[in-house]
Amino acid sequence: MDKRRIELLINGKPRGFAAPLSVTMLLEALGLPDRGVAVERNREIVKRDRFGDTWLDEGDALEIVTLVGGG
Amino acid sequence: MTDYFRNPAKPEDRPLVIGDEQFASRLFVGTGKYETYQLMADALEASGTQCVTVAVRRLDLDAPAGERLLDYLDRDRYRLLPNTAGCFSADDAIRAARLGRELGLSNQVKLEVLGDKKTLLPDPVGTLQAAKVLVDEGFQVLCYTSDDPIVAKQLEDAGVAAVMPAGSPIGSGQGINNPLNLSLILETVQCPVLVDAGVGTASDVTVAMELGADGVLLNTGIAGAKDPVRMARAMKAACEAGRDAFLSGRIATRRYATASSPVQGVIGSVVIAGE
Repeated sequence: MDKRRIELLINGKPRGFAAPLSVTMLLEALGLPDRGVAVERNREIVKRDRFGDTWLDEGDALEIVTLVGGG
Repeated sequence: MTDYFRNPAKPEDRPLVIGDEQFASRLFVGTGKYETYQLMADALEASGTQCVTVAVRRLDLDAPAGERLLDYLDRDRYRLLPNTAGCFSADDAIRAARLGRELGLSNQVKLEVLGDKKTLLPDPVGTLQAAKVLVDEGFQVLCYTSDDPIVAKQLEDAGVAAVMPAGSPIGSGQGINNPLNLSLILETVQCPVLVDAGVGTASDVTVAMELGADGVLLNTGIAGAKDPVRMARAMKAACEAGRDAFLSGRIATRRYATASSPVQGVIGSVVIAGE
């Protein structure tokens, strides 16, 4: 199994993870639910049904967002 | 597109339809700035609203999982309208809208592209750019804008589902600063017009509805009140009162008095022969 570390930019902060890493695995590693969140990778939306087979690369910039109170 | 022609001189009692959605309540309420989520839930219920705005924000990855906003919003009762609040460029607003669509599970979005941090006034150029892109991507855009009728028309021409002119700056509580411009917008566009921003108290909502606005969106006016639940109740009544007054065909204003009681037959008066 190809084991390496990749550095990602998550919500503006750099973080390292063991690869290979899918979006689903990333959310698990961060302790986040996969419901109630949306993910953007390099400025493109990752659809929920693609979380499991979207594999992240070194240097990917991700936005992981949710809904909060607002006007 | 509306299926009727708005004539301010002959108002029609039509339901509020924005894009694919019909709303029985003409009050739209924000979910921000409440002291607790429970207070927010109680205020929303008191307001009678059917549509609440929510913001799209980064998850705090370092914070432990706590109460979530969505746990306090009954999805069977309220439509969620994601906003692009806090975006200062068309590009950011477009990204936020797309993310909001993923989270909100509808095509409706409240578009906000701000021009200035102090006044939170909309950037008209950025707003129009973002509106065009989002309409093209199938969004039904409810568009925060200024009270400029020219910009409102440009947004309608770009295909937004509703224009939402500000009464006064967001959160300022100043009410409807320019009723003339609001009424000009109502003469100029055929799409729904919701006053959004600056509502401070109940009478502000009534003023907007009496001018013929199709609805009002507010957040701070309720959330920041000392008794938000009571104020939400007041806003509900104010919205209905303004709408009824608008549809009732008010009297004209006159320069001088016109008596309400008959002028003839007053006791003690001198009757002149022939009168």
